[in-house]
Amino acid sequence: MKQLLIIALRNLSRYRRRTLLTGSLVAIGVLFVLVFEAAAGSFKAMMIGQITDSMLGHLQIHRKGYVASIETLPLAMNLKPQAIQKIEAELGKSDAVEAFSPRIKFGGVFSTFTESTSVRVNGVDPDREFATAPMLKGRVVQGKPEIRPGIMLVPELLARGMQVKPGDTVVLLATNAEGSVNGKQVQVGGILASVSGPGGRDAYVHQSDAAEILRLDQPEVSEIAVRLKDFGSLKATYAALSTSLGGMRNKQGKPSFEVHTWESLAPFSNVANMIDILTIFIRLILVSIVLVSVMNVMIMAVYERVREIGTMAAIGTLPATIRSMFLLEGLILGALGTLLGTVVGLGLIGALRIAKLTFDFGQQRGLVLAPSVGIGQVLALAVIVVAISAIASLQPAIKASRLEPIEALRHN
Amino acid sequence: MSLIVADGVSKQYMTGEMTLQALTDVGFVVEPGTFSAFIGPSGSGKSTLLNLVGCLDKPTSGRLAVAGTDVSQLRGPAAAAFRGRHLGFVFQDFNLIPALTAGENVEYPLLLVQHVPEHERKRRVAALLEAVGVADQRDKFPDQLSGGQKQRVAVARALVTSPKLVLADEPTANLDHASAFAVIETMRRMKDEFGTSFVFSTHDTKVVDQVEVLYTLEDGRLISVEDRRAGAAS
Repeated sequence: MKQLLIIALRNLSRYRRRTLLTGSLVAIGVLFVLVFEAAAGSFKAMMIGQITDSMLGHLQIHRKGYVASIETLPLAMNLKPQAIQKIEAELGKSDAVEAFSPRIKFGGVFSTFTESTSVRVNGVDPDREFATAPMLKGRVVQGKPEIRPGIMLVPELLARGMQVKPGDTVVLLATNAEGSVNGKQVQVGGILASVSGPGGRDAYVHQSDAAEILRLDQPEVSEIAVRLKDFGSLKATYAALSTSLGGMRNKQGKPSFEVHTWESLAPFSNVANMIDILTIFIRLILVSIVLVSVMNVMIMAVYERVREIGTMAAIGTLPATIRSMFLLEGLILGALGTLLGTVVGLGLIGALRIAKLTFDFGQQRGLVLAPSVGIGQVLALAVIVVAISAIASLQPAIKASRLEPIEALRHN
Repeated sequence: MSLIVADGVSKQYMTGEMTLQALTDVGFVVEPGTFSAFIGPSGSGKSTLLNLVGCLDKPTSGRLAVAGTDVSQLRGPAAAAFRGRHLGFVFQDFNLIPALTAGENVEYPLLLVQHVPEHERKRRVAALLEAVGVADQRDKFPDQLSGGQKQRVAVARALVTSPKLVLADEPTANLDHASAFAVIETMRRMKDEFGTSFVFSTHDTKVVDQVEVLYTLEDGRLISVEDRRAGAAS
């Protein structure tokens, strides 16, 4: 093996310019993919974090059919106390659940006495809400990050349009399920920065204020947002809750509840999927580059060394050894390119982290790009490139091993 | 036991629609420890015969045994294994592996063909390089050696596995007079020292003058055998 390695390395250095060119091509491909995956992955993770941690939660549970009519925030489809108890009991049993927050959502009118406009409101239990959406407090750009009875957190765009600031008194009006219009005077406690996605421009009030405005005789909630201990357990927890809660039936024998992951609630999941598809596409381009360039070099190597192969075969080298020799050469070429690309790529990713580049996404300004790649991603990419290098070398290596020594020795 | 036994060996090549008769009904015997040569004009079939003996090609008909093995049926890996075990080759163009030094070229068959342990490889390589007179060139690459030095390295490579037979196709054709003479002398000495048989295909009178048994070919037929060894009858 050592001698095969020496021969492969020496042959690569014999055709130095060609080796450097092909190795650089592989290295540039690896570098590009690494940096892209790091930047795109960081963007995706950041956006998912923003969406789930500042408003949506990782999972949500609703009464069956609620999400289909979610645009109108139908009060008639709220969960009643008995249903809430069942859901809370199931969530309490799950080890994967870190926190959950029942919310009552409704559409209302926001009035400053001189002007009024429509607003979507979340009535929440502040402790449970902040535990489920821990970044919500961080969205408060003015005022205090508190949700108390009589206090309202107002979305930034609404505050700007209606020219309100923390400490101002406003009136919140809403029509309840029975059709009567009720109102309550509240104070603006804080201004919430907008975030992309559903609920990113909602106002927040205390659940007791929501119950008062909607004249609720008993506690009702529109949804229960759930935060998991480990985001990686999303699919498994979703499957488990879908089975346990989805199996519960109402008096008509129809399913009582529906469970949704953040992906089915936030349009950003389409962007996330696009990023994943783009990553696969970029990897395919890299595979093509490696395949074509390594195969090309190895075909040329075999063609240029036909007599040499004939000599090796004549003096008794077995076809399998000749095959290994060329396979190893392609493999080393791919591995050297991968090593170079990985080192430079990681360096570039480190430099980007130090540079703290910022970007805007929707209403969000100055998001800091912090690209990072896991060791698993780096290893997976290296394995792919080296494996493709081996595959690309296979055909030329087989061709070399099958050369008839007598023909090869006659080759000029 | 005879080293090579050829009986009614013929070889035909198909070139498009044409059939070329390279060898016709050739029969001969080569004894162990001899210095022999196939001679004849270009196209007489001497290289073809050398290739058949070297298991690089197969006869169309007839029986050819080398070191007691019927080589006419050997193919692919089996033929390669036989060559690696029993034969050594010296080529007209030296055919050293450019990526390896002189020492590594000699070591190559021991390592990648016969898988000999390292200490034994080192000992045999050093002894052979010394014997052929290029010990001081062992770390040089082929492109740093003269033609004569290359051919001596090639002779060392052919002998390092202690083969029963070394086949040399025009080994002096690309050498100047002095180098050619030195290479022949080296091979002759190796034959005496190791008891290895050498079979040449050659035009070179310097080689012809040194061989013990001459097989003359013409138009693919063996027309004469001249045994110059003392007491031998031609």
